[in-house]
Amino acid sequence: MIPASFAYHRAASADEALSLAAEHGEDAKFLAGGHSLLPLMKLRFAAPEVIIDIGRLSELSFITDEGSAIRIGALTRHHDVEHSELLAREIPLLAHAAGQVGDPQIRHRGTIGGSVAHGDPASDLPAVLLALDATFVARGRAGTREIPAGEFFRSLFETALEPGELLTEIVVPKPANGAAWSFQKFTKRAIDWAIVGVAVQDDRIGLINMGSVPLRAGRAEAALAAGEPVADAAAVAAEGTSPGSDIHASRAYREHLARVLVGRALEEARSRS
Amino acid sequence: MSILGTRVIRTEDPRLLTVGGVYVDDLRAPELEGAARLTFVRSTMAHALITGIDASEALREPGVAAVLTAGDMDDLPPPPPESEGGGEGGPVPVGGPWSEPLLAADRVRFVGEPIAVVITDGGYQGEDAAELVSVDYEPLPAVVGARAAVAGESLLFPGTSSNVPVSRVPDSVDDSPFAGCDVVVEQDIVNQRVACLPMESRATAAAYVNGKLTIWHSSQNAQLCRLILAGALGMAPDQMRVIVPDVGGGFGAKVGIDRDAIIVAWACKHTGRALRWAETRSENLVGMTQGRAQLHRVKIGGNRDGRILAYRLDVIQDTGAYPRTGGFLPGLTCLMAPGVYDLPEVQTSFRVAVTNATPVHAYRGAGRPEATAAIERAVDLFAAEIGMDPAEVRRRNFVAPDKFPFATKTGALYDSGEYGAALDKVLAAAGYGELRAEQKRRREHGGPRQLGIGVSTYVEITAADAGAGESAKLVVADDGTATVYTGSSAHGQGHHTAWAMLVQDELGIPMDKVTVIHGDTDLIPDGVGTYASRSLQLGGSAVHKAAIEVKDEGRHQAAEMLEAAEADIVLDTDTGLWQVRGDPDTALTWAQVAGHASGGTLIADVRFSADRPTFPFGAHVAVVEVDTETGKVTLLRHVTVDDAGPVLNPVLAEGQRHGGIAQGAAQALLEEVLYDADGNPLTSTLADYAAITATELPSFELVSSETPTTLNPLGVKGIGEAGTIGSTPAIQNAVVDAVAHLGVRHIDMPATPERVWAAIEEARAQ
Repeated sequence: MIPASFAYHRAASADEALSLAAEHGEDAKFLAGGHSLLPLMKLRFAAPEVIIDIGRLSELSFITDEGSAIRIGALTRHHDVEHSELLAREIPLLAHAAGQVGDPQIRHRGTIGGSVAHGDPASDLPAVLLALDATFVARGRAGTREIPAGEFFRSLFETALEPGELLTEIVVPKPANGAAWSFQKFTKRAIDWAIVGVAVQDDRIGLINMGSVPLRAGRAEAALAAGEPVADAAAVAAEGTSPGSDIHASRAYREHLARVLVGRALEEARSRS
Repeated sequence: MSILGTRVIRTEDPRLLTVGGVYVDDLRAPELEGAARLTFVRSTMAHALITGIDASEALREPGVAAVLTAGDMDDLPPPPPESEGGGEGGPVPVGGPWSEPLLAADRVRFVGEPIAVVITDGGYQGEDAAELVSVDYEPLPAVVGARAAVAGESLLFPGTSSNVPVSRVPDSVDDSPFAGCDVVVEQDIVNQRVACLPMESRATAAAYVNGKLTIWHSSQNAQLCRLILAGALGMAPDQMRVIVPDVGGGFGAKVGIDRDAIIVAWACKHTGRALRWAETRSENLVGMTQGRAQLHRVKIGGNRDGRILAYRLDVIQDTGAYPRTGGFLPGLTCLMAPGVYDLPEVQTSFRVAVTNATPVHAYRGAGRPEATAAIERAVDLFAAEIGMDPAEVRRRNFVAPDKFPFATKTGALYDSGEYGAALDKVLAAAGYGELRAEQKRRREHGGPRQLGIGVSTYVEITAADAGAGESAKLVVADDGTATVYTGSSAHGQGHHTAWAMLVQDELGIPMDKVTVIHGDTDLIPDGVGTYASRSLQLGGSAVHKAAIEVKDEGRHQAAEMLEAAEADIVLDTDTGLWQVRGDPDTALTWAQVAGHASGGTLIADVRFSADRPTFPFGAHVAVVEVDTETGKVTLLRHVTVDDAGPVLNPVLAEGQRHGGIAQGAAQALLEEVLYDADGNPLTSTLADYAAITATELPSFELVSSETPTTLNPLGVKGIGEAGTIGSTPAIQNAVVDAVAHLGVRHIDMPATPERVWAAIEEARAQ
């Protein structure tokens, strides 16, 4: 429960963070809210030699209306996403889901960008952002690039970010029908990671903890596109997924939950719209 | 008017809620200035021979003063001879070939077992250096679970012929009492292993102060710590002082002092250095003793009129890697096996099995919740089989109120009880009839959210070691203040409030002039401690007795001062003034009376012990909603009657009930210590060990009921464990009840969503 020793740098600007990252290369990790990285370090599952603390970069904490999309700074706290009136009005799925992350203490520390960059399939927001068809903006020494959410998550804790690249913004297009959403997070306890979770926006379905990466329920979405009823789409929700078995749930149970929760989520999204 | 029975706010809380408590790791005693940190090197193997320990790399690290192993422990007395072990108040291990070392020498038997200690200037250095101590293992087959232990294919202890150090199994089984029954039901039931999980994990500091080995330890009883330490280190008790500061919960796991803390004391003695140790939560979840861990086989027989004729309970106790308490836990389970029922025939047996897991010891209830869980499930299984309402079956089998004191077939003597009245009260408060109607409506509607109603009725044994009693010394000084020195060790219960109330009630000295001191063997050499729901009935009765003695002495002094006969002297307990009866002008204060006594103090130093244990009882109703599509259980309501005699302070008693119910609910629904097939713990963080939180719990509905005992002057029984004992089976029964109409007969604890879903699926497939 005590991390291995590490060097600590606090970046005063995104530019400084990037130059520190370039200087220390693969030995360095960015620290945002710390709610994913620090537990891993305390258990010594992660032992980065250099920590670059970006937690105070207020330039990366914002929620702005861009007309057809909303731009969210990577260091925006879950609490601020949860309580954004703009998001509540335009993208209620995201505001609601941010309010389901962890507990109030975690939501005051944890950031949307940290949650995305960590690449944990059990986290809530990556699957939500998949269902929202979001785009992630990354900045490196070479410049800025945009990565669609669907191409961002590569494998367990692995993302499309290059070493030294910093996730700076999340761009979420306003949904055609903002009200057509549902978020089903299935846990044993309120503070747990989801055993399985489902985020639905319109007919896009994001799945939490149903594989090594957050993913879309492709077969179920295809069924909906083909005009099949919700029950039939839900019945194929686990196809193409590869959830793990652990002490919290077996693979078979996760697959079952995905079917039940996708069905419920689609029903709820439809009843709202 | 007496202050007893009134809602007095805890005097402890302003400090705890503002500046905070002072726990062992917070201590800034000058003697601990510059103390070194002690860090354990723990086994990463469940069962293995140790073939080598290499500390050379660790010793080269900055700040490392020493790495000590079993090879350095040449100054210890020999292990105790083999015995049956036992004991709630004083854990007695099974010795001889089953002995538990301090640091493991040639063999490890559970992941987390201490192998070496690293002594460093700072804690961070210790953690790094401990990683560098290299231990060579030769793996042995791990014995995981009590059944594998009993099968005995791999033995844990050389020189023994089985993994069962203690057992009480009859030579032959008499099945005849079941032969005449209309219905006989049998069931295997798991009472799973759970973590005790106090908020404050284990912590110890040690230093030589004025030639005395002084130990600061987070414990439920300082005096027992000293006794155990004296035996373990081969020292005289008066060469040691044990101080217990604020303690953040114990739940049985902090009775006395355990192996790791004894090692800290030994290391201090061995090196002469002041040392501190405070474990991390991950260490706590593998190193601190755990609870329950029983496998039950129940057999219950009776007639279709609801009368139960015979009950058998066979227990296998997983005691973990070392039999620290012999057969004490399953022995209590068997003693309490018949519960609140007047049964013509009760049969019990137990076997204690060693496994490659963290040792098991007392956990809130310690053997009693297991007994209640078994019979309350059995009664529900029987009720389901004969198609009778489970509350009605209970009513038809209770020990009748006119049968007390009631001797059970298992050898307990229940002092007093009103079991039927408790059940009626709780059913009325819960609105049992309406709940059943709502359940019927939901079943007919057929949706996924079904209602379950669970009932449990219980009796438990508190102050099981009543004869050991408790000490109290009361000193009234010539400034009018009173000081209580109690052997009963506060660790969250509210002793300071309760003891001050007892003094005010008897002497009229206001609570704010009463100081309560506990947990220091120099100040209170003789004390027993807090466990087994014994504090108020023994420690409180001792304070009460001391107050009466001080009052008698005060009367004597006042009589002298007022030149009146003692019989004419009265104490007004509202004002705390002494006077000659009918003559208000003669009023004397306690300060004056104490000042007149020799030495300027009035002192009573007493011990109170009771003839027998007391038997609180109660009834719980749990209401759950089960999502039959996912298996998720939501506890909607929990209604209880917990009768422990007259309530001294409802604030304290309700607090005990709340905490107990929450812990009982946790076992029913969430908590479980798990190991993989190689004996590796799978629940050694709080992300994996599902401790219950407030969001999973409803507001509890507490119904009052007070049936006194005659075994102590306050008429009180223990309330500390009651909530835990009653709630677990009520909730488990409610979960099964919610899905009984789908063909489910039993679901083991914890009733996790997957387990409930699997039970429904299995029933549907049949």
